[in-house]
Formats: sequence, C-alpha cells, structure tokens
Amino acid sequence: MLWESIRMSWENIIKNKLRSILTMLGIVIGVASIIALITIVQGATASISSEVNSLGVNKIMVNITGTPLKSGLTGDDMETISQLGNISGVSPTIALRTSIVYNGDIKEKVAVQGKNEVFFKTDASLLKSGRAITPLDIESKNRVAVVGSDIVRDLFYGVNPIGKELIVNGTAYKVIGTLASSSGFSMNSSNETVIIPYTTALRSLGIKSISSLDVYLKDTNMADKTVIDIKGVLSQAFNYREDAYTVFNMGDMIESFQEMMSIMSMLLAGIAAISLVVGGIGIMNMMLVSITERTTEIGLRKALGATPNRIQLQFLIESIFLSLMGGLIGLIAGGLLAYITAVVIGIIFSISAYTILLAVGFSGAVGIVFGYMPARKASRLNPIDALRSL
Amino acid sequence: MAEILSMKNICKSYIMGSEELEVLHNVNMSVEPGEFLSILGPSGSGKSTMMNIIGCLDVPTSGTYHLSGNDINQLNEIELAKVRNKEIGFVFQSFHLLPRMTALQNVELPLIYSGLSRSRRQKLSEDILVRVGLGDKMGNLPNQLSGGQQQRVAIARALVTQPTILLADEPTGALDQKTGVQVMELFEEINRDGKTIIMITHDTGIAQRAKRVVNILDGYLTEADTAAGK
Repeated sequence: MLWESIRMSWENIIKNKLRSILTMLGIVIGVASIIALITIVQGATASISSEVNSLGVNKIMVNITGTPLKSGLTGDDMETISQLGNISGVSPTIALRTSIVYNGDIKEKVAVQGKNEVFFKTDASLLKSGRAITPLDIESKNRVAVVGSDIVRDLFYGVNPIGKELIVNGTAYKVIGTLASSSGFSMNSSNETVIIPYTTALRSLGIKSISSLDVYLKDTNMADKTVIDIKGVLSQAFNYREDAYTVFNMGDMIESFQEMMSIMSMLLAGIAAISLVVGGIGIMNMMLVSITERTTEIGLRKALGATPNRIQLQFLIESIFLSLMGGLIGLIAGGLLAYITAVVIGIIFSISAYTILLAVGFSGAVGIVFGYMPARKASRLNPIDALRSL
Repeated sequence: MAEILSMKNICKSYIMGSEELEVLHNVNMSVEPGEFLSILGPSGSGKSTMMNIIGCLDVPTSGTYHLSGNDINQLNEIELAKVRNKEIGFVFQSFHLLPRMTALQNVELPLIYSGLSRSRRQKLSEDILVRVGLGDKMGNLPNQLSGGQQQRVAIARALVTQPTILLADEPTGALDQKTGVQVMELFEEINRDGKTIIMITHDTGIAQRAKRVVNILDGYLTEADTAAGK
C-alpha cells in the first residue's frame, strides 16, 4: 500500500514537471543557503582554529609587566614554576631590539630573543639547518645564535651562515643554526629574529630579568589548576601585586573563539531557515492548488474504494517527495557553492554528516509540516461534492 | 434472504439554511441477484441522492439499508470505502477517467485499493478490457479514445473488482444515440452473464431497456408497470 502511494505520488510529480521544479525551488534555495553558510563558517573556523592551534593549545603564556622594585622574573622564579605539577617545560623569552653585524654589514633593530632548549622542542620543524640551543649552552652561557630566514637572506647573501661569526649588540656570537621561514600571517613569525641562550642574554644584553614565559602543559584538561598554581608563584614573587603579571591560557582562547564561531553559524543557519519556511509555504500552496484541480480525481478515488487515510497518505508523500528532492538538490548546490567559496578564499572545505542530516531532516520536516494540512483537506473531501465539481 | 440489496423506510434530508429539506421519503426497495433495474425520474426527483445512498457515498438520515449482508448505517468511513470497493462498480455519466493514465491504468485503479499485487491487477484488467472490446486500446490515454470507448473503459473499471452491483448514473448521457445503444447492448450482455445492474436515468427510452423499472418522483419511489415496457 505504501509502495503504491509512493508510485502514484511520483507519477504525479513527473507529470507536472515544470510546476514541481518551481515548487521545489524554494526548498532548494533554503537548503542550499543553509548548507553553504554552515559549511563556509565551519571551514573558516577550522582554518582559523588550526592556525591558532599551531601556536599551541597546550601552552600557558605568562607576561610580566613588573613592579618598580622588580621588573621581571629571575632564573630562580622560573625554576620554581617549572617544578610545579603538570608542566612539561618552561620556555622563557628575553626580548631586545638591537643591531647585528656580519662581515661589516649592519642590520638595525633586529629582534634578539633569549630562549632555552624547550622552545626548540615544542616544534621539530622550527629548525632548518644546524643545531638548536642545548641545555649545555644554557648552563655555560655560550655565545651561540640561531638566526631567522630573513637575516640569512639579508646579511649572508647565500653564504652558509653556520659557523660564521655574528656580532650582536657589540658581542661576537657563533651561528649554530637557522630557523625555517614561517608564514607571514603567523602570530609568532620568527623570520627576523636572532635566538640566543637566555642565560647568555641575561648576562650580555644588559637585561636583568625575564619578561615572559611560555609554560607547556602535560595535560591540557588540568590547565585551570596549573594557571592557579602559576599565579600562586607569581603572586609571591611580586609581593601580592596582581597587576604585575598576566597569565593567559591559550586553550581558553581557542575555546571561546570556537564558541563564538558556532554561535555565528547557528545565527546564519537560522536566517537561512527562514527561506526554508518560505519554501514550505510554496509547497503548501502548490498542494492546495493541486487538490483543487484534482477534486474530481479525489472523489473518484474515494468512490472506487480509497479510504481517507490512503488519500491523505498519497498527498503527504507527494509533498514530502517534493521537499526531499528540493533538499537533495539544495544539498548538492549548497555543497558546490561552499566548495567554490572555500577554494577561492582559501579555507578548509569539509561537509559534515551532521550538516547533510540537517538538510535532509529539515526538508523532510518541511514536507510533512506543510503537506499535512492540504493532505488532510483532500482526505476529508466529500466524494459526492468532489464528483459533482466537474 | 435472497435479495442482495434491501432498503426499508429510507429517508434522506438535507439542511438548507434554516430549513430541513427531505429529498427521499420512506423509500422501500429490494433487488435480487441478476436483476437489471433502472430508476427513472426527472431531474430534481431525488434520483442522484438515491444513487449516492445505493453507492454508499452517502448515508440515509433514517431507515435501514442492507447491501450484501452489510448494515450500511453501522459502518464507519473506512468500512464504507471497503464496501464501495468490493460491492459497487460505478459508471458515471461523464466517465471520470483519470486523464493522465492509460486505459489499463484506469481500470487497475480500484484494484490498487483492493490491495492486489501489480501483476495480478494487470492480468485482471487486461482480461476485462478484452471483454469490453478494447483489447487493442489498453495503452491509450482517455483523450485518444472516443466517447463510447471511454465509457467502455469506465465499465471495465467498474467490473474489474467483480462487484455485487454495477451502479450506472446516466451512462449514456454524454453519448450520441448510436453509441448509447451500443453501451446499452454491452450492459445487457453483462447482465446476461449474471451481473446485477442498477441504472439511474431520466431517459424513458433507455430505462425501458432494463428488465425492471422503478419511477422516482419528488422523493417517492413507485414500482412501474414493467409489463408495458417489455
């Protein structure tokens, strides 16, 4: 019985091709815009998230503004923090802009950063050639430097910089490695940086304390507790002056960013859903017209033994068919649109099963909701009146 | 009880505005198997109402109506649909064929509601179309058939469920004289094969071709002097 109803509905849709297509159009546009918007927003979110992730979600950033009495952290303070639980490593940064000289060529205002071996361990792809700073360099306060790609390009003119002597802030350093060039968009671009052991920096650059720390976590789920622990240490170090430092959990930032994007995608989908409702009204309108046109047919079918349920089912299936087909076409169109957009603006394209389910579910629901009333109306037609209407 | 149809004190009234209008008054009628009965009356006599009640498209206001052992007053809408499907074969004045379906598909239609399989439906429908002389027109759409042929398709559709009664409403009304006679000849042939036929008409000439005629006038049913017609 269901199969016969499906077949009859299908034949009806096929026989009214143009009208069926026009009716479906509303649903097609609705579903296509929902799919396209959700997919594009999700793609953008994924792209930005992966960018942010590359900065490290397992990282807590500590920045010291200091107090008049104490401008930054000492090596001992750093040691205390690294002894806290759930910490895999602490990477300090001592930053200074100064001039560097190689072979008589001078380059002004270069970012010179004092770091330790932990910085290089976080990402194996940081180093392009040579070696990284080792714990031994830290301990011995060796005058060694790892240079960024722009420095190599601007000062060494194609000469292999490894083993060469670079003068930083008036002191000679031996170049031991070069950094891989990082994307210009990246927040932590190190293309124009010279990295030296932080202990060396403390001794030779005239800076007496550490101004920022990247604290790497073992377990990101415990980040909140670790933040509290770090604040405890800092609080003590700065005599309970809370304005002397900021502690920032990268994980929190990504979380709130993703939350924001998901709200945005819901909002956009909500707007697109309005067009789906309009499409649904289109289907209802078409079904009502169709029922008026086919009044005699309905009366005849009833006279031939169709029960009200059969009539209702047939018309309901017809509207579900229309909206599901519209949904399917909309899914393809929306997916295509999102794909083209993703390629053009350079974001990740991925269409989730959830999105597909949403489109199919939504359009099916539209068919049921907006088909129910007309179908019920058809099933309640009095066969005598219906037959007389010809 | 030999009769397949029995009506006792059937009344039917409609509410028209504030007035109640009785269109059938205490109608009593019984039909036995194999009869060919015509109900003759001018327009406005209540014959359409009569046809609707016989065909279970409408229920009487009072009185009892039994059809093949079913007490029609006791049936709900779904059961009425079943009775229409199994017991009644309708033939309408304007054929009422579905224009987008072929002759064969039109004939199959009531069998869909009987729940028969597709192959069984096709076999039965083909057989019956051959019987009404349209074996070569099964694939034609209604607008590719003449009026007489269309009415034959409608008759085939009415017969395909093997109904107890073939109920025809002005079956020749939309046909010319010659074709009308051919359709009547087909009815007579079907009746000779044992099918009970009830025909509703305003045309005395057509009515007289039936074995038995009842007159209906202003809602009253009277048995005609059938001997005069024969």
